[in-house]
Parts: sequence; C-alpha cells; structure tokens
Amino acid sequence: MNEKHLFAVTALFDTPDEIIHAAHETTSAGYTRFDINTPYPVHGMDKAMGLKQSRLGVFALVFGLLGATSSVLFMTWVTLIDYPLVIGGKPFWSWPAFVPVAFEITVLLASVLSVVTMIVLYFKFPNNSHPLHDTPYMKKVSSNKFGICIQADDPTFNQKAVEEFLAKVGGKEIGPVFFDLEDLDHGQHIFDPKFIGVLALTAILVSGGTYFTFNKLLYMEPFSWMSAQAKLKAQRPSDLFTDGIGMRRPVEGTVARGFLPYPFKGKPDEAAKNLVNPLLPTKEVIDRGKTKFLTYCSPCHGNFARGDSRLAGQFPNPPTLHSDKVRNWPDGSIYHVITEGQNVMPSYASQISRDDRWAIIQYIRVLQRAHNAKESDLK
Amino acid sequence: MSTAALDYTRELPVVEGSPTAAEVDATIAAPLDQFPSRMWWIIFSIALSFFSIGVFCIGMTLYKGLGLWGVNQPVSWGFDIVNFVFWVGIGHAGTLISAILFLLRQRWRTGIARFAEAMTIFAVMCAGLFPLLHTGREWLPMYLSPYPNQHGLWVNFTSPLLWDVFAVSTYFTVSLVFWYVGLIPDLATLRDRTTNKIKKVIYSLFSLGWRHSNRHWQHYERAYLILAGFATPLVLSVHTIVSFDFAVSVIPGWHTTIFPPYFVAGAVFSGFAMVQNVLIFVRQAFNLKHIITLDHLEKMNKVMILTGSMVGYAYAMEMFIAWYGGNQFERFVFLNRALGPYAWAYWTMVSCNVIFPQLFWFKKIRRSIPAMFIIGITVNIGMWFERFVIIVTSLSRDFLPSSWGHYTPTFYDVGILLGSFGLFFTLILIFVRVLPVVSISELKAVIEGGQPSKH
Repeated sequence: MNEKHLFAVTALFDTPDEIIHAAHETTSAGYTRFDINTPYPVHGMDKAMGLKQSRLGVFALVFGLLGATSSVLFMTWVTLIDYPLVIGGKPFWSWPAFVPVAFEITVLLASVLSVVTMIVLYFKFPNNSHPLHDTPYMKKVSSNKFGICIQADDPTFNQKAVEEFLAKVGGKEIGPVFFDLEDLDHGQHIFDPKFIGVLALTAILVSGGTYFTFNKLLYMEPFSWMSAQAKLKAQRPSDLFTDGIGMRRPVEGTVARGFLPYPFKGKPDEAAKNLVNPLLPTKEVIDRGKTKFLTYCSPCHGNFARGDSRLAGQFPNPPTLHSDKVRNWPDGSIYHVITEGQNVMPSYASQISRDDRWAIIQYIRVLQRAHNAKESDLK
Repeated sequence: MSTAALDYTRELPVVEGSPTAAEVDATIAAPLDQFPSRMWWIIFSIALSFFSIGVFCIGMTLYKGLGLWGVNQPVSWGFDIVNFVFWVGIGHAGTLISAILFLLRQRWRTGIARFAEAMTIFAVMCAGLFPLLHTGREWLPMYLSPYPNQHGLWVNFTSPLLWDVFAVSTYFTVSLVFWYVGLIPDLATLRDRTTNKIKKVIYSLFSLGWRHSNRHWQHYERAYLILAGFATPLVLSVHTIVSFDFAVSVIPGWHTTIFPPYFVAGAVFSGFAMVQNVLIFVRQAFNLKHIITLDHLEKMNKVMILTGSMVGYAYAMEMFIAWYGGNQFERFVFLNRALGPYAWAYWTMVSCNVIFPQLFWFKKIRRSIPAMFIIGITVNIGMWFERFVIIVTSLSRDFLPSSWGHYTPTFYDVGILLGSFGLFFTLILIFVRVLPVVSISELKAVIEGGQPSKH
C-alpha cells in the first residue's frame, strides 16, 4: 500500500467560548496554516484568528460601477448613435428614463458577480475533494461541535507538538486527517475519455437543441407565425366553389389594362394609315426606347440597326433599318411589324408593351437621323 | 407562553425553549428524511389539480390565441396584468424580511426568512408567467431583451414596460442568489447528516464543498451584508417600477405620483399576509412551533397594520386629490370606482384592506391563530381586488363616453388565475419537503449559548 500523506491534525471543542480561546492560543503560538470550522459564524472569531477584513466590498463597488457605466453607455449608444428614434417627442438622450434600467443592471451585476467572486476566487469552490470532507471531524463541525484544524504545511508543524498543543488548549478527539490518495494524482486529465465524452455530448445536445428549437420547433403548431389564417391562398383548392378551384377566372370579355386587342391584325396598310405615335421624342422616351431596343431588337438588327446581327450566321440576317424603305415608312408600319412580325421575325406583342413599342420607334427614328445626317445637322 | 405575561419592553427570545444545536438539526431536517404524510399528499394533489387547470387554459391560450380571454377594447389589460401585479406584490415580503429586517438587526427574522425568500421566488415565477402570456406570442420573449437582432432594432429604453422586464428579472435573479447563498451552509450540514447516497450526491453538488471554515464564514457574512444592502433598494424599486406601468401613462386614475409608495406598501402588506397564512400551516405540520413562534406571527400582523393603514391612507388621498386637483376626468374616475358598475369590487377592496386589518389593534385578535388566518386571507383578496379596481375601472371608462366598455373575465381567465395558485402551492409543497424551511446555521447562531459569553 501507498504511504499515507498527512493533511492536518484536528481537535474538537464543545462551546463557542472554548473555540475562541483555542483560536487565540493557536494564533499566539505562531501557527499560520490553520482553520477553525464552526457550524455557524461565531462572533469575535476574525479577531481571534487574526484575519484581515474581507475585501469583498471593494469587488461589489467595482462591479456596481461597471454595471452603472456600461448600462448608461449602452443605452446612450443605442439611442444616440445606432438607432436614434423620436419617442414621445422627447430628446434622443432622455437620461431620466435610463435611471430604472441603469439601477437594475447595477444591482444585478454587483450582487451576482460579488457572489461569484466570493465562491470562485475566495472559496475556490466547487471543491468536493478537500481532505476534510467525509471525515468524522467534518460531520461534527457541521452539526454542533467547534473544530480546529492545524495543517501539515504550516512551517512550524510537527505532529507530536501539535497534538500536545491541542490537548493543552482543551481539545477533544484529537486526530490526524490524511489526503485521499486519488486526489493527489495531479496527472493530465484533459484527454480522459469520460471528459471528452461529456464535452461531445454537451456539444451535440446544445447544437441539436438549438437547431431543433430555431429551425423546427418554432415553425410547428401552435407557433404559426400567423401563417395559418382563415383565408384562401392562390393555387389552393377550395370547397366554396363547385369546381373545387380556389382561384377564380375573370368574367368573360374582361380586358386587362394595357391589353386591348390589336385592331389591324393582317392589315398593314390600314395600320400605316391610322396609327399615330402617341409619344413625343423627349429624352425620357428616347432613353426608354433605347433600353428596349437594345434588349429586344439589337440581337438581330444590330446595336445601330444596321442589320449587323450578333447572331450572324445562325439566323437569316434581317435587313438594315436605314434603307430608304424603312426610313420612309410611317410609324404605324413599324408598329405593325413589331406587333405582328414579318417573314421570320415573330410577333413581339407579348414581350414589349404598347408604349414601349412606340418608344422603340422614336429611338429608331433617332438612329436613322444619325445615320443619314444632313450637312445642317452638323452645325 | 401566556398572553398576559408578555413584556414588550424586553427583547423576546428568537427561539422558544432552549434547543441545542443538534436538536435544531434534527427538527429542521426531519421533514426531509420522512416519507410525506397522507395530509401532504392530499394537499399536494389539490394544488396539482389547480395547476393542471392552469396548464390546460394556458395551452388553449397558446393554441387558439388571446381571443379566449375577456380582454377587449378599451379594457385591453385584464386578469393577466391584475394577476401579474398581485403575484409580484406577494413576492415582496421575502426580500423585505431577509434584506431590510437583516439590515435593521431584527433577529426574529431568522425563523421565517428562508421560507419567505422561497415564497418570493415562487411568487415571482407565477408573476413572470402573466406578462409572457399577455404578449400573445409566448414563443418570442427574446424581443423583450436588448439583443443584436437582424432587424437592427433595440428595445425602447424609455418605456415603463421595458423597465418592468429589467426590474422583475433582476429581482428574481438577485432573490434566487440571496436564497441560494443562504442555503449553502445548510446544504453542507445536510450533506454530512444524510445516510442516503443519492441525497448525498445532490447535497454535495449544491453545497459546492462548503466546510464551515471560518476563513470562509468571514467573506460569507460580508457577502450576505452586501446582498442585503443591494436587495433593500431593489425590493423598493420593483413595485415602484411596476407602478410606473400605470403612473407614467395618462389614463385618469393611473396618472398619479402617489402610486410608487402606495404600491410598495400594498405589496409588503399582501406579501406578509401570504407568508403569515402559509407559515401557520408549516409550523403546525412540521412541529416548528418553538422556532416559528406566535411572537413571529404577531410581529407580522403588526407590519400588516402599518402597511394596511398606509394603503388606507393612499385610498383616501387618491379621493382627496381627485377632488382637490379639479380635473373632471379624474373626479369622474374615482366617483365611478366607488359608485359605478365595479363598485362591488371597490368596496370589497376597501373593507378587506382597510377595515379588517384594523382588528389587529386588539392583542387578542393579533395573537389568535384562526382570527389572523382569516384576516390574512381577506387581505389577499382585498389586495387582488385593488389591482382589479385600478386596472379595470380606469380602462373601462376613460375620456370618451362613446368608447366606454365593460370587462367580464372568461373561464380561461379564471382558470389561469387558479392555475397560478396551483403552481405556487405545488412549488411550496415541494420546497418544504426537499429543503430546510428554516435556516439551520442562522438559527444555531441565535439560540441560547450560541455565541461566546464575553463579546
């Protein structure tokens, strides 16, 4: 068996008076690594043990100030810089309204962080592997006895001397406490399969839970996000109508806005005679015509209407629009060709709206004029 | 102790008789080690039945929506907000006892502080349920907190409703921390007492390895003082901020500056009534009569006379200011409260809150368990009606007679209220079975012979 490691020598006392006396004696005997364990705080023990005042108050002050300043700065940043909103006609920085939240955050941070500091920094908790745990000594001091524990790492420690000293000050049940050997094993535990398993399980549970909550659960009934409503949606069937179709057809003879039937179907001459361009050659109209020409006409007729198709060879080349024939055509004839198509050119009625066709014609006129500029145009 | 022999000039012993520390352990840990009695199971199943009514009504509200409730236009705040304010109020006694009485060195608080703190936590849990349900989109509570969301929007820091979120959640967190810090040494004592292996693991886990070391007690006591120091303004701020929900608006009957102190007094009033009511049962059931003494109950009744009179003064002052202020809408609202369609609620409130608690001036009534129990119940009924009167009468008849309305609660409103009581008592019944209802370490420190003689 392994050799046992001594942690401390302990002694028990029955009354608070005795333990205060023992604490005084221990301090005057020069021991520094010792502790007093009592089931409740005993008055005057700090002085008897020679303890300095707790500095927890300083931490509380720092955390409180941190809460106050950070909350005020955050609210200032939100209301002045990140998203200024006028609320109730008040200034953006309405500081009196910030007081409640600043107060609450101050209290929250100061109290919670002070407790965390105490537990983690001062107590070094959680720590269930301290040698005193599960000893008869611990069981008694947590109920009705008062104990003293002089640790083996005290510079003047000597087991015999300490035991004699404790007997002299009136201690009972004096005895040694040993380290649990398992707890003395300070090896590398980070690659312990158990530890890694717990980490992996935590990761899977957290990520899986988050994924399920935000991507699945929140879209299940009753979290409908108002998508389940008592109204009929497009393409859905419906029992309301005898044909079971949710969508209704328009009443017969209905004409959609901008879709009047073309009256000169197969009558190019009448179109040339009767149709007049409703648009004036303003800059807007020409710009619009240019956009539409480049989109729909230029692939075959060329960017400048010269008949120089980008698709040369794949389609029969269309004629140039700068021929005398086209230049002398009335606007109505061009409109008729765009609407009806001609030879291999299909109808563009479904792609180009009525007004866009007229705008394209204005642009073609501009191109024709530019291509056949007169001497006077250059002046 | 007979009533006639009481001498109020001498400080009463905190604990009757002089139990030893070991007896204290045994008495307080007893309920945790026994199998619950038949009575406990009966009460527990009643509480659980009420809770399940609430669960059903909340489930239906989730599924169908707020249309199941009685709220309407103009009364868009109904039972949900009434219950919220009521439960937050109940939650005020605990921190008041544990923090303010601690700072005032009222040693008698020791016997009742732990239980009152637990009650605070459970009451705030019940309270927190209602604003969540009130939003109608219970699954989107994150929008209540300022977090960087994809809308680039923040919460409105100038709104009392947002202050409420911060106040109630801070109150809950700090109360929980306060309660837990108080529990650590007791859990360590239980850890060292128990022979059950599972219990031992649980107690070890939550006592964090506490060793009753005086090097720790020193910081522990300081931390307790700091927590009490912070919790004292906190407890006063919470109901103040809840009252801002009303006082900061412009509705006649709400827009008054007396609301914050009046709400705080009312909260302490109802909280003490609830603590007193429940403790009467606890001390009986768990043989704690020498620890939670009749003197404790009497002292709580005295606090109730004080706060009840403050509430009565506030009612009178509201009436006076409504007349003296000369605002005709304000005058109308108060006449309407006393004489209008909700007059029955108003007079229930006045009699329960102002008249009945005055009986506590008589020492016999103050020290009679049945009498104080009944008065405690009436106080809580009255305080619930106070919130009902404030919210419903003001909303149902405000400025324009053409937009007046009436509020009638539905089955679901009542069901959720009953459910919240069920939840509260279920939690309390579990608490008294799994944790020490009185602070063991604090009590040992105040029993006779618990402190050094020369100090």
